[in-house]
Amino acid sequence: MSKIVIHIDSLSKKYRGSQEFAVENLSLTIVQGEIFGLLGPNGAGKTTLISMLCGLITPSEGTFTIHDFSYHESPKQLKASIGVVPQDFALYPSLTAKENLCYFGSMYGLKGKMLGDKADAALASLGLAGYKDKQVGTFSGGMKRRINLLAAVLHEPAVLFLDEPTVGVDVHSKKAIMGYLLELNAQGTTIVYTSHHLQEAQEFCTRVGIIESGKLWRIGSPEALIASIPQANNLEDVFIDLTGRGFRDG
Amino acid sequence: MSIKKELLLLSRDIGGIVILFVMPMMLLIAVTMVQSGSFDSLLGTRMQVLLVDHDQDSISWRIRQSFANDGALELIDQLGGKPILESEAKGLVHQGDYQLAIVLPKDLSKDLQVHVKQNVSKILAEFDFSADTIRATGGHPVAAKEIKLYFDPATQAAFKTAVRMSIDKLVSNIETEAIYSTFQSELGEPGDSSFTEQQFISFKEMDDSANGRSVIPNAAQHNVPAWALFAIFFIVVPLSINIVKEKSQGTMVRISTSPTSYGTFLMGKTAGYLLVSLIQFYLMLLVGVYIFPYLGLQHFQVKGYFLLLSLIAFFSGLAAIGLGMLIGTIASTQEQSAPFGATLTVVLAAFGGVWVPVFLMPNIMQKLSVLSPMNWGLNAFYDVLLRNGGFKAILPAIILLFLFFILTLSIAIIYDKKKKTV
Ligand SMILES: Nc1ncnc2c1ncn2[C@@H]1O[C@H](COP(=O)(O)OP(=O)(O)OP(=O)(O)O)[C@@H](O)[C@H]1O
Ligand SMILES: [Mg+2]
Repeated sequence: MSKIVIHIDSLSKKYRGSQEFAVENLSLTIVQGEIFGLLGPNGAGKTTLISMLCGLITPSEGTFTIHDFSYHESPKQLKASIGVVPQDFALYPSLTAKENLCYFGSMYGLKGKMLGDKADAALASLGLAGYKDKQVGTFSGGMKRRINLLAAVLHEPAVLFLDEPTVGVDVHSKKAIMGYLLELNAQGTTIVYTSHHLQEAQEFCTRVGIIESGKLWRIGSPEALIASIPQANNLEDVFIDLTGRGFRDG
Repeated sequence: MSIKKELLLLSRDIGGIVILFVMPMMLLIAVTMVQSGSFDSLLGTRMQVLLVDHDQDSISWRIRQSFANDGALELIDQLGGKPILESEAKGLVHQGDYQLAIVLPKDLSKDLQVHVKQNVSKILAEFDFSADTIRATGGHPVAAKEIKLYFDPATQAAFKTAVRMSIDKLVSNIETEAIYSTFQSELGEPGDSSFTEQQFISFKEMDDSANGRSVIPNAAQHNVPAWALFAIFFIVVPLSINIVKEKSQGTMVRISTSPTSYGTFLMGKTAGYLLVSLIQFYLMLLVGVYIFPYLGLQHFQVKGYFLLLSLIAFFSGLAAIGLGMLIGTIASTQEQSAPFGATLTVVLAAFGGVWVPVFLMPNIMQKLSVLSPMNWGLNAFYDVLLRNGGFKAILPAIILLFLFFILTLSIAIIYDKKKKTV
């Protein structure tokens, strides 16, 4: 049995002033080396769950640990071991690609020549070597997506959270990004990611969780989920079947 | 690294640089040029007063005499080499070219003498010392005389009253003397030796430039530090916008999820913007020292004060940065932070005595002015520039400014923590 990396126990979040839970009583365990896909319609609670795991918002109830670290006891170690790729671009448009990467790398204690070399290597690995000294504000959406990803991995996190890393990009960028993530995974990085692309998730994930109204309705490998529904040929069929039944158990 | 990032961000924003560095310098020059007139009249250069002199006798001589002794007023009785006519003086004052014209009527001194003599003789006659004097000086009673004062319509009431009172005092002194000397001569006393012209009661203004709080700066001594402070505090606006931008462009998410704490992150900003505020300050000093004399303004004296002035600027910069970071942390959009930051800075400047020096403010405002950190800084600058204060003198202000920085920074950090419990 692989090592447990993320352990979530009855986690809930109700935003202030809101009547409903954005995430409700959610428990989940993710082990080392997994590529875990959080799938669900808009407003399902994907970003809320990831935001709690990244320490951006505090849970209303429940607990979780990442590498046995919690935000209460050892926030610094926890944060040092994760990388976060936000749903929206999170870059300085007036800084160059390399300056952006170096700055964010420095937030994790990297510095000097080592930092510069890492940034160069990262840019090269996603085909951006020729653009490293150009301001990010002038980049295309696909290029920004790639920088957005690279800014989260320079410190070689053990767990990488990605919130819709391929939204709004063309096939080439998407391929480049997914290929890069598989490479990271092969080196041992555990990946937790959200997506609306069911086909992509089916090919990419070792395991998926289907979330709606803050609850996990199904969890398992794409193959197992497809097999669990008689007429289903792919994850999309599973999804439509679940939606059609209003996410009732059964 | 974070300092480098802040400076890179600033350097890639040319418009922002212009606003940060050039605008305050322009403001300083403009305000000093506009104010130097009013400051100087307030602070010592002489105000010109027209004198239309139909008297040309002892009273006019006395008025000239007393104006010559007065540092604040300068008497002009000729324009273009010719004595001024009343109609001319009236016109000039009405236009606002001069603030005041004094018109002395013909025979003012002579008639005053006659009038006094008649009265004295009448009194003496009532005591019947020598009945014949009445006949000797008798004749028609003299008509009352009036000294006309023309004021510029824009003159302040307080100034009018002051002028009226001092002329009144001058005339009654002359009248008193005339009465004394008439009595003397009527009673056949030996003359001027026994009479002291000296006033019995006089006033002496005490100069307390050594330790007092009432020292008055000149336009340069006020404006350079005041507007340098304004410029330093105005970085509240770009700094708060900078922090709001970190949120809106998502980079704050990366910072919050990294092991670097919000406090450390803010310290990086502090260092970067502190550098900016010091550059601003030195640019303002350069304007005061090199550009002011060139524009015919009083030049600003830095010699011997440089270190102390820099120290005050450093801590004022910290206070301003604390405020900017707090506003940036609390505001969620630039539409909130920019107008709020700008307005707050202007209000703090107004309270603190940047626009109008505190000593010219109404009493209540003078008391309230101590609430503005800009006032702490300004007072420290005054301590150094006008009161010859050393490090000890500015220490309280520096401590206060530093505490303000710590307080605003702490609130910002606590607020940021609280925000996670949305
Ligand atoms: N800051 C907030 N304050 C109040 N309610 C919020 C906040 N953020 C999200 N919500 C609500 O919580 C629920 C879950 O939102 P969340 O952003 O987690 O969904 P999501 O699955 O990421 O959706 P999408 O696929 O559109 O990104 C939604 O109903 C949303 O309206
Ligand atoms: Mg989302």
